[in-house]
Amino acid sequence: MTAFFQSLGLPYEWAWTVATVVAIVVVSLLVMFSVAMVIYVDRKVLGAIMLRRGPNVVGPFGLLQSFADGLKVFLQETIIPTAANKGIFLLAPIITFTVALAAWAVIPFWDGGVIADINVGLLYILAISSMGVYGVVMSGWASNSKYPFFSAMRASAQMISYEVSIGFVLVCVVLFAGTFNLGGIVRAQQSFGLGVINAYAVHPLLFPMWVVFFISALAETARAPFDLTEAESELVAGYQTEYSSMSFALFWLGEYANILLMCSLNTLLFWGGWLPPLDIPVLYMVPGIVWFLVKTFLFFFMFSWIWATVPRYRYDQLMRLGWKVFLPMSLLFVAVTSGYLMATGHFDKVGIAEVPATATEIVQTNPAQPTAVRGQS
Amino acid sequence: MIQAIAFYFFATIVVGAAVMTIMARNPVHSVLWLIMAFFNAAGLMVLVGAEFIAMLLVIVYVGAVAVLFLFVVMMLDIDFAAMRAGFSRNAPLGLAVAAVLLAELLLGVGAYNAGGLTLGSPDGSAMQAADTSNIEALGALLYGKYIALFEIAGIILLVAMIGAIVLTFQPPKPGARARQDVGKQIRRRPEEATVMKHPEIGQGVEL
Repeated sequence: MTAFFQSLGLPYEWAWTVATVVAIVVVSLLVMFSVAMVIYVDRKVLGAIMLRRGPNVVGPFGLLQSFADGLKVFLQETIIPTAANKGIFLLAPIITFTVALAAWAVIPFWDGGVIADINVGLLYILAISSMGVYGVVMSGWASNSKYPFFSAMRASAQMISYEVSIGFVLVCVVLFAGTFNLGGIVRAQQSFGLGVINAYAVHPLLFPMWVVFFISALAETARAPFDLTEAESELVAGYQTEYSSMSFALFWLGEYANILLMCSLNTLLFWGGWLPPLDIPVLYMVPGIVWFLVKTFLFFFMFSWIWATVPRYRYDQLMRLGWKVFLPMSLLFVAVTSGYLMATGHFDKVGIAEVPATATEIVQTNPAQPTAVRGQS
Repeated sequence: MIQAIAFYFFATIVVGAAVMTIMARNPVHSVLWLIMAFFNAAGLMVLVGAEFIAMLLVIVYVGAVAVLFLFVVMMLDIDFAAMRAGFSRNAPLGLAVAAVLLAELLLGVGAYNAGGLTLGSPDGSAMQAADTSNIEALGALLYGKYIALFEIAGIILLVAMIGAIVLTFQPPKPGARARQDVGKQIRRRPEEATVMKHPEIGQGVEL
C-alpha cells in the first residue's frame, strides 16, 4: 500500500505513514464489525443449545440485533457514581477497548496481510494482552464500590496466573518455528504434520500444549467456565456494575475483540493460520483470508459452545488449575520439546543463525532509505 | 523526521509522567503515572532498535510488577492528612535520596561524555549488527559468552524464589479441614454418596 501512496507523489516517509494509518483504520473497523456479528453468533449459538430462538426480530434472522443494541447504548445517559474517582472511572473502559484493538496490529490475515510485520510479534501480543488487566483493575478501584473491587482483584490474579502458562506454551511453539514473527510461525507450519497437514497441533508434543493454550485463553478472556470476574450470582456484574451507556459498551466490545484475538491466535499458532488444512495445491485456490476467518470462526464457535455447556469454576479450583496443573505441565513440555528438537537435529534444519527476510524491519532506524523498511499489505 | 517527532513525543511523556508520579496526591494516580512512564520508555527502546528489551519491559514491568504494585496501593487505606504532617519530618531523608540520585545522574552523564565505556559504538548509538535480529544477538551473548553469569543469575533467582516460598509457607494445621483431592472426588460414584429412602407417611427417616 505504501507504493500506492508513493505513486501519488508523496515522499517515502509520508507515504508509509499514510498507508499505515489507513491500514489501522480499516483493520479497526473490520474488527469492530466482526465483533458485532460475533456477538450475534454467540447469542444464536447459545439460543440453539438452550432450545430458544435467540435474536430474530431486528433485520433478517435478527442479523441487525447487535447494531440495534449499539444504537441503544449510544443514546443512553452516561451515569457516573458520585463517589467514583471520575478520571480513572472514564479512562478504564477506554484502556480496555484500545488495548483490545492494539493487539490486532501484528495479526497476519493472509500471507503478508499485516499492519506491522515485526520480528517480536508474539512478544508484542503478550505485552499488549498483559496491559488488558489495567482496564479491569482501574474500573474496579475507581467505581468505589465493593463488588467491582472484588471483581478487579479476581481478574488481576486470574490474568497473571494464566499468562504464565500461556508464556510457556508459546515458548514451545517458538522452539518449533524458530521465530517470534507470527507470519514466520504460520509459514513454518506448511506441510508440518506427516508432510501434508498444515498445522502444529497434530504433533504429539504440541497437541497437549494447544489444549492448555485453549483453556488458558478461556481464562485469560474471562469466558465461561472462568467468568468469575463477572459471576452474576456473587458479584452483580463484576467490574462493569457501575458502568452504563457507551462506557459499558466499550468494555463489552473490548472483551469480544479479545476473544476474537485469542481465537485467531489459536488459528495462527497451532492450526496453520491462512494456510489450508491440507497441503494440497487445489486448496490454495481459496484465498488465505478465507481459511483464516473460517478457522477463527470455528474456534469462536467452540468458545460459545463451552459457555453453554460447562458450569462455572470455583475460584480456588481456577487457581489450582493455573498454578498446580498448567504451570508444571507446560514447564515440563518446554524441557521435553527442546530436548526432543535437539535430539532430532531440528535446530540445524531450521537454521537459527539464518535471518528471516522480515527480521530487520523494526531494528532499522532510518526509513528514509526505501529498502530499509518494507511496506505492508 | 518521523523519528524525531516520535522521540520527542515519547520523551516528553516519559518526563511528564515521571514528574506526575511524584506530584500526584493520590498514590493510585502515582502508580498509574509510573506505568505510563514505563510504557513510553518501552516506546523509546523500540526507537533505538532494542525491540526485545522494549517488549520485556512491558511484559515484566507493566504487565506483572506494576499490577502487583497497583494492587497493594489500592488496598491501602491512606490518611492524607497524616501523610502531609509527616512531610517535614521526612524531608531531610528525601533530600538526601534526591542528592544521591542527582550525583549519580551527573556521574553517569560525565562518564558517558568522557567516552570511557565501549559497550555501544562510539557515536552513542546502540550497537546493532545489521543482519541479526535483537533476540538472536541477545541469545548468542547470553547463552554463549556470558553463559556462566547467566546461570549464576538463574540460580540466585531460584534460591530467592524458594526462600520466599519457605518463608511464607504454613503447613496445614493438624485439626484443619481436609484438603481437596480432585482425583478422589472424581472417583466417587453416586451409590457411595446417596441412598434411596421410601418413608412412610408420618414416620420420618432414619439416617
